[in-house]
Amino acid sequence: MADEIAIKVEDVGKIFRLPHEKNVSIKSAVINFYSRKRTFEKQQVLKDVSFEVKKGEFFGIVGRNGSGKSTLLKMLAGIYSPSKGGIQINGKLTPFIELGVGFNPELTGRENVYLNGALLGFNRKEMATLYDEIVEFAELDRFMDQKLKNYSSGMQVRLAFSIAIRARSEILLLDEVLAVGDAIFQKKCYDYFKQLKKDKRTVVFVSHDSSALLEYCNKGILLEKGQVLHRGTIEMIVNEYSDLLNEHEEQTPTTSKSGNKKRWGTGEAKVIGAKVMGTISGKEKMIFNDEDQEIVVRVLYKANKAVPAPAFGITVLDAEGQRVFTSNTMWSKVSTKNLSPGGETEVIWSIPNAFNTGTFSISPAISDPSGTKILDWLEDATMFKVRKKVKSLSYINVEHRIEIL
Amino acid sequence: MRHIFSKQNRALLSELVRTDFKLRYQGSVLGYAWSLLRPLLLFVILYVVFVKFLKFGAGVPHFPVYLLLGIVLWNFFNEMTVQSLGSIVGRGDLIRKIRIPRWIIVLSSSISALINLLLNLVVVVIFMFVNHVDLLRTTLWLPLILLEVYLFALGLSLFLSAAFVKFRDINYIWEVILQAGFYLTPILYPLSRITNLTFQKLIMLNPMAQTIQDARYSVVTHQTDTVYRVFQGGWYEFIPFIIVIAVLLGGLTYFRSQSKYFAENI
Repeated sequence: MADEIAIKVEDVGKIFRLPHEKNVSIKSAVINFYSRKRTFEKQQVLKDVSFEVKKGEFFGIVGRNGSGKSTLLKMLAGIYSPSKGGIQINGKLTPFIELGVGFNPELTGRENVYLNGALLGFNRKEMATLYDEIVEFAELDRFMDQKLKNYSSGMQVRLAFSIAIRARSEILLLDEVLAVGDAIFQKKCYDYFKQLKKDKRTVVFVSHDSSALLEYCNKGILLEKGQVLHRGTIEMIVNEYSDLLNEHEEQTPTTSKSGNKKRWGTGEAKVIGAKVMGTISGKEKMIFNDEDQEIVVRVLYKANKAVPAPAFGITVLDAEGQRVFTSNTMWSKVSTKNLSPGGETEVIWSIPNAFNTGTFSISPAISDPSGTKILDWLEDATMFKVRKKVKSLSYINVEHRIEIL
Repeated sequence: MRHIFSKQNRALLSELVRTDFKLRYQGSVLGYAWSLLRPLLLFVILYVVFVKFLKFGAGVPHFPVYLLLGIVLWNFFNEMTVQSLGSIVGRGDLIRKIRIPRWIIVLSSSISALINLLLNLVVVVIFMFVNHVDLLRTTLWLPLILLEVYLFALGLSLFLSAAFVKFRDINYIWEVILQAGFYLTPILYPLSRITNLTFQKLIMLNPMAQTIQDARYSVVTHQTDTVYRVFQGGWYEFIPFIIVIAVLLGGLTYFRSQSKYFAENI
């Protein structure tokens, strides 16, 4: 039973035919119509995709934007039909891939619950028995007789989510967009995912959030340009995926010069550029792994006017924009010299490599001595990547010991 | 068939029809009354112009009821095909994001039209009382005639809604065809007004002309020119029925072949 196959995808291909809308004049449209030469651009979105999902697996589909993840998910849901190959589904499947499908803003919350329930295959009687539970879970008691258009988007998502999780299907398709809303709601979502995993339900989860994938999934595939690049355990898939991202980013020139970056400040002094290195005297470096003890950040500043004893600082952000590390000369009580007009100065930060696997960007800044007036703040001046061998789900990933007594 | 009307599909169908009804007259003061008022107002206009001014109904007993019944049936045909035509595209958000049987969408809009028809028929019955129309035994045929109109409209609806996904000109074309059909069907005028017998016969081949005349014959007065009377026997009188069957099968086949690609084409 445990090894039974829930989803079998065999050699699936999908081609979209995108018509060329170049019929400028009616005449050419007529001619094209009669000569049957309507041109199409064939776009191969998926090619030779094969994989199996066993019952009880939490299966991740990973890939960059435009790799065909969503198309694949839609084909699993039966919304698109494959151009080639076949998909076998054993068991009842949730027919939707998004929350709140069919929600109508002109109907009340109550009416929408019944409508959405019908889309999930519940009739009115069954919905009536589930109704109270849904409302309670969504915490929307007082709002059920208001029109949906008067709900905040968070309320709508909450309602949609509490209906969706009543679906009794054996196989669930979850798009990462499920986890939207405020922190409390996100926690509910992830609790639900955990429950699903505990119940050994079959789940196909599409995401590019490595930590979520590692936490919930056990197996997965990596899609790239419509093809399966790798299949296997989720740890391997996530690693391959970040390699893929690195490769891609190394091809595109890294912009450590301050080009079209977002910046703000009075402009009395400017951040000229920032570099990341392994050692103070070393070369520029991009990827740091367990062997690298420190991450050295050098930032070059230039004053346009006379600036008395400014404060220099950097902020390190992770891929989601969360602050992972902040530092400045004011808090660190490092005294700085006055800058004369046209004067340059370089500030070097040596940060222990405690970061977890991920991609980080650095935003340097310069301010007046009190830190209240920002002279210049440059976002994403440069970036670096960290690869750690040991898995972790938090910000810090350092060598440590575990002892069992 | 058991699969088609499974519990889930029935629940979905009823929920979609309910939604349609709730939304249709939203924000209007008179609400549902409009579904009765609209055909009634149209009837009053046509009655004044064609019966009072132009004396079209001379010689036909109970002509107001006769006229009203024709208008109600045509209105149903008109409403159902127009609503269904846009139904698939209109529900594009559903189709692109959820797997539900596509035909349920067309069926639900056809059922809202059907409910309207039944309400309108109540008005016809009231008019029959007012006009002292004798209840004819042939009235029993009416459900079968309505079924024929419904199946004809359903076949067209399936075809039109599927074609509209790809060709967005269909709604304009269909509007013109409906307009032409309204005048080419003996709704405003008794068929006897057309003196050319060949034209009479051609007009009666249209399933809508056949059904409207049949309905009038069986409910209002036997003094109605039906397709059987016009052709006086012979297999020609079956042509309207053959058209209905052909349209229904054609519509179903086309819809089935296209429905797989709705999600990507909308």
